Amino acid sequence: MTVTQSRATERKDDRPLPGHRVRLGTDRPLRLGCGAELHDFPVAYQTYGSLNRDKSNAILVCHALTGDQFVAEPHPVTGKPGWWDLMVGPGKTLDTGRYFIICANIVGGCMGTAGPKENNPATDKRWGVDFPVITIGDMVGAQALLLDHLGIEQLFVVIGGSLGGMQVLQWAATFPERVFAAVPIATAAHHSAQNIAFHEVGRQAIMADPDWCGGDYESNGKNPHRGLAVARMAAHITYLSETALHRKFGRRLQDRKAVTYGFDADFQVESYLRHQGITFVDRFDANSYLYITRAMDYFDLTGEHGGVLANAFRGTKTRFCVFSFTSDWLFPTEESRKIVHALNAVAANVSFVEIESEDGHDSFLLEAPEFHRLLNGFLNGAAEHRGLPRAG
Amino acid sequence: MMAANTARSIRADLQLIADMIEPHSRLLDVGCGDGTLLEYLDRHKHVDGRGIEISTQGVDACVSAGLSVIQGNADTDLADYPDQAFDYVVLSQTLQAVQAPKTVLGHLLRIGRRAIVSFPNFAYWRLRWNLAARGRMPVSNSLPYQWYETPNIHFCTIKDFVELCDAMGITIERSISLDHKGTMRRIGSIVFFANLFGEHAVFLLSR
Repeated sequence: MTVTQSRATERKDDRPLPGHRVRLGTDRPLRLGCGAELHDFPVAYQTYGSLNRDKSNAILVCHALTGDQFVAEPHPVTGKPGWWDLMVGPGKTLDTGRYFIICANIVGGCMGTAGPKENNPATDKRWGVDFPVITIGDMVGAQALLLDHLGIEQLFVVIGGSLGGMQVLQWAATFPERVFAAVPIATAAHHSAQNIAFHEVGRQAIMADPDWCGGDYESNGKNPHRGLAVARMAAHITYLSETALHRKFGRRLQDRKAVTYGFDADFQVESYLRHQGITFVDRFDANSYLYITRAMDYFDLTGEHGGVLANAFRGTKTRFCVFSFTSDWLFPTEESRKIVHALNAVAANVSFVEIESEDGHDSFLLEAPEFHRLLNGFLNGAAEHRGLPRAG
Repeated sequence: MMAANTARSIRADLQLIADMIEPHSRLLDVGCGDGTLLEYLDRHKHVDGRGIEISTQGVDACVSAGLSVIQGNADTDLADYPDQAFDYVVLSQTLQAVQAPKTVLGHLLRIGRRAIVSFPNFAYWRLRWNLAARGRMPVSNSLPYQWYETPNIHFCTIKDFVELCDAMGITIERSISLDHKGTMRRIGSIVFFANLFGEHAVFLLSR
């Protein structure tokens, strides 16, 4: 396969994004779930640590809906710490001194990989909503091409939470021989009706914004930032828990002593959500939000395998470690149990822990010592079986 | 943190179980606790082991130690496993704590070619003495709970267990009792003495 690679990806403001960008599907296109094909498309990715001689220490981190490849460095747009800075770094649980960490912006994303924000090579104009509707399988397919490009036959670990966890499951089902160990976190083998419902609210908020312009906002010089902000606000509630919201905000008022009998942000929780919405639109593309939420809705590993999830994993040699969090109501423990039951049904090598936490779905991104300790134990055990040198 | 036991010596009943297991076999430990047996078998017999444990503390210790253990329980999670997936399924000191011991026992021998079951013998003379002479529910080193807080809900005696195996058509390949000093005795055709002097019993079963 011939690929061109540049150290950096170009942005509108001409400041290059950190990391790598490679064009894939140049020899053979990526066949998408919808039937369309992606030829010669970009994948932007970032790496941390170094690949060992026999290329056996690679860990693929799969990012979630609004994440990107900037796992463990200040975000190039917001300047905030990497989204999994607590997890990835020297001496951390995903130790960059031991492992080679790869994270690629997913297909459909908006940080340099092929998606509605990129140009359609056929027309040299933005894809917009002409971009084909993509699936979790397509995201994983593109990542597999990236691994081919990097010359990595087998990943030591594929890990990710939420949408990232869906990618992990898809990896283990589609390319079992390329996955030594898999860590799906706070995820499910299919998106529930409730989760599809929340996503639909988000999409409708974007599409109801007149500035969305039928998806063609770029050429109209507009941006549906109000719709996208509302989508983010609604979604953000689902990432937390009632306990967490109560602890953080209660009914406390924002910079005032009494309610104002108006529709200003009287409550701290309103102010917080508005802030979440406003800051999100600076770094995220509205059309990308439509595409990625759709991919999650379509995800149904059980349906793909004749209604029996176990069939997705039959004969697997991958070592699994499944995590859920007690207060996560978006991807509740019950969903993780279904995965574990399916893995048990094929006598797969699986560990499963439900972590006590009050922080809801976002728990996996936050300070969670028990989670980190257990994951560290699992990784050490897997590393020993993979023949990687011991820590420290 | 409760670390899994890496010491060379393990509890007498666990040692007895470990000695029954062929090296390099596949094993499921139901109610694996902090993973002591799994860890021992991994190190000394290169067994491909898995565990199920109900307590967070136990699962925490196991997974932190690199063992493959799921949080679950014998009553609800065994049904998922396919037939004859393991060479051995171990149920160590857990039978008395499950909701449906007979169903669980059936699963053990469906999932595994062999099952190893150990349990405290409720007909042990000290327990009989407690009940008969003092009129109190027995509390001992091996059964340290008061009646109102015990997780043990289905006590049985060695004799009861032998009869259940008989009724279920289960073959007892080996059966051994341990007294309070850890001295082992083969449980012979006359169960009476083992049932009186055995504090614990370990059974190797097959279909």
